[in-house]
Amino acid sequence: MSNPRQRKQQMSVLDRLQRYLPQLVVAPPFLLLVFFVYGFIAWTGIISLTDSRMLPSFDIQGFQQYARLFAMDRWDVAFHNLLIFGSLYVLFALMIGCLLAVLLDQHIRAEGALRTIYLYPMAISFIVTGTAWKWILNPSLGIESYMQKLGWESFQFDWIVNRDMAIYVVVIAAVWQASGFVMALFLSALRTVDEDIIRAAHLDGASTTRIYIGIILPSLRPVFLSAFVILAHLSIKSFDLVVALTNGGPGYSSTLPANFMYEMAFRRNQIGLGAASAMMMLATVAAIIVPYLYSELRAKHHG
Amino acid sequence: MGSMRLGLAALAVLFGSITSHAAPTAEVLHFWTAGGEARAAQSLKSAFEARGGVWDDAPVAGGGGDAMAAVLRARVLAGVPPSVAQLKGQNIREWAEVGALEDLNDIAEQQDWDALLPELLKRSAQFEGEYVAVPLNIHRVDWIWANPKVLDQVGVLPPQTWEEFNEVADKLLAAGIIPLAHGGQPWQDVTLFEVVLLGIGGPDFYRQVYVDLDPEALQSETMIKVFDQMRKLSTYVDPSSPGREWNLATAMVMRGDAAMQIMGDWAKAEFLTAGLKPGEDFICVPSPSRGGYIINSDSFAMFTVDDPEQQAGQQLMASMLLDEDVQKEFNLLKGSIPARLGVNLDGFDECALKSNEDLVHNEARGTVVGSIAHEFVQSGAIRGAFLDVVTEHFNTDMSSQEAVRRLAETVMLAD
Repeated sequence: MSNPRQRKQQMSVLDRLQRYLPQLVVAPPFLLLVFFVYGFIAWTGIISLTDSRMLPSFDIQGFQQYARLFAMDRWDVAFHNLLIFGSLYVLFALMIGCLLAVLLDQHIRAEGALRTIYLYPMAISFIVTGTAWKWILNPSLGIESYMQKLGWESFQFDWIVNRDMAIYVVVIAAVWQASGFVMALFLSALRTVDEDIIRAAHLDGASTTRIYIGIILPSLRPVFLSAFVILAHLSIKSFDLVVALTNGGPGYSSTLPANFMYEMAFRRNQIGLGAASAMMMLATVAAIIVPYLYSELRAKHHG
Repeated sequence: MGSMRLGLAALAVLFGSITSHAAPTAEVLHFWTAGGEARAAQSLKSAFEARGGVWDDAPVAGGGGDAMAAVLRARVLAGVPPSVAQLKGQNIREWAEVGALEDLNDIAEQQDWDALLPELLKRSAQFEGEYVAVPLNIHRVDWIWANPKVLDQVGVLPPQTWEEFNEVADKLLAAGIIPLAHGGQPWQDVTLFEVVLLGIGGPDFYRQVYVDLDPEALQSETMIKVFDQMRKLSTYVDPSSPGREWNLATAMVMRGDAAMQIMGDWAKAEFLTAGLKPGEDFICVPSPSRGGYIINSDSFAMFTVDDPEQQAGQQLMASMLLDEDVQKEFNLLKGSIPARLGVNLDGFDECALKSNEDLVHNEARGTVVGSIAHEFVQSGAIRGAFLDVVTEHFNTDMSSQEAVRRLAETVMLAD
């Protein structure tokens, strides 16, 4: 027989266990996250301030690596390309994805099959996409030579070997890959729009176009936002598509910052410079994600 | 089931301990994973095993050695380096600088490597006077590979000077043939660049630019001429070249779509694999220059390890690699010529014989130089600076003056 006091103590142990159990369960993944994500971000940050070359060193030199980074034409090109690629990729993937979703939403036949066809590119690895498009767009193997053989002698489509246009080829392949995914996001959101509102609008005599523009699309705002954030960060970390499609060429005219980072850190034994460029990429991601998080959190507070 | 697995594991441990006690072992990290290169590596393995060693193969495919370099770095940082790794040029120096390489002086003295190796290879295998690597082969970079039937069509001979090269190319162009098969990748652009640099500047100027990074040489009138010739070459290349692999360019010469390719003698392996005969179906001529020989060479370096079997393996490996028969067999398969001088070259083809003859000749005159495109001289950062500017010039309409200015600036920035 235990006295009440002992029982109370036992209870409190159980109580405490119950209270801390969730924390205990969450703690290991949390620690792993802190270590492997934020720990390594901090480590990269430190390395970017050192004179590390082939092996990491911890000899802090200040912002020298950043100064070198900004003096390099190659970094300029890579960063400009990111602006071009990022904005066009996000814009076109959103537009095409949204349009496809609206068209598929018209209760057409074989919708399931079509949806799968459009979504399928997302399941393909970037390396495959890149290699296939590289062949399709090569002037002496692909579309250009095919059209010329058909008899359209003056046909020209040589963007992939044209240094001013090569980055747009990367945009084409990336948009092809992502549009289906964006479509799926929008389609599932379209299906959640309240049918009654649409019917009411129909009764009031609004045309389908007006209903879409005035009622349905505005109600998709959260999906727009999440699609935007997903696409934006995908564009900043793009790497393999460029490797497979143009390998950064002609010259280095189609490199992106991720390619720059890889080239410096792993091919040129310039770990410090590579780390500095990685930090600049992080800053770019933060510039997009932080306002988004801020607006989300604020919305919750007010809501 | 469980006990059987345990038994097997015990057996494996037992077996493993027996073999590792019995023999010197070498774990060899390399990136020779394809075709002739893989067969060449295999020949080293057979030779090592015939001498009683255990070859623990650790090939890392991909990226022309980038993947291997990443593995090597990770393993050294983790404190478990491979006992033997394929390294070359500046990377040998950089690893030696951090004290990761085993000193091979005893074996070198015993076998008198000083007398066996060409001067440039000797220097690349040494760090502060100590041997830290064993050179395996010599590839020559400054070759023109030509299709003689295509040259006959327009009635020209392989060019001896760059003026002649331009005349020949203009004639080919007029006949609707691509004069120069080329893959527009930065390292291939720089391969052209260094061949032109040697051809127009000569070996001394080449060294001032490539080895000393002499600002005066970098900004000299001769450099402008080099870039002028590069501009010429860029007009002799077909428009689809950007991004093309070098072996596809070689195939263009084989098919007769293009007349010539400027590439190191690994291109020969492509012709031979296709069943073509040197001298008949394809010809090799040194690229135009007033003497000089651009070298690319692979080495094995021994990383410092604690395990006595691995150390014994390193000794065995180092003492075997410059053996005459080992050198001969390895280089026959690799398409290069032996790293040590004075090997009997029976069985080598005429391009290899020509390469060897020129090597001996240039060695005597001290005009053997190292390649940047193939990472034989200079650090990754300097090589990168050359790659960036040369490829940018080759692919745009940048003027030679602008290219020279940018090259000097970028090289200084990278140094």
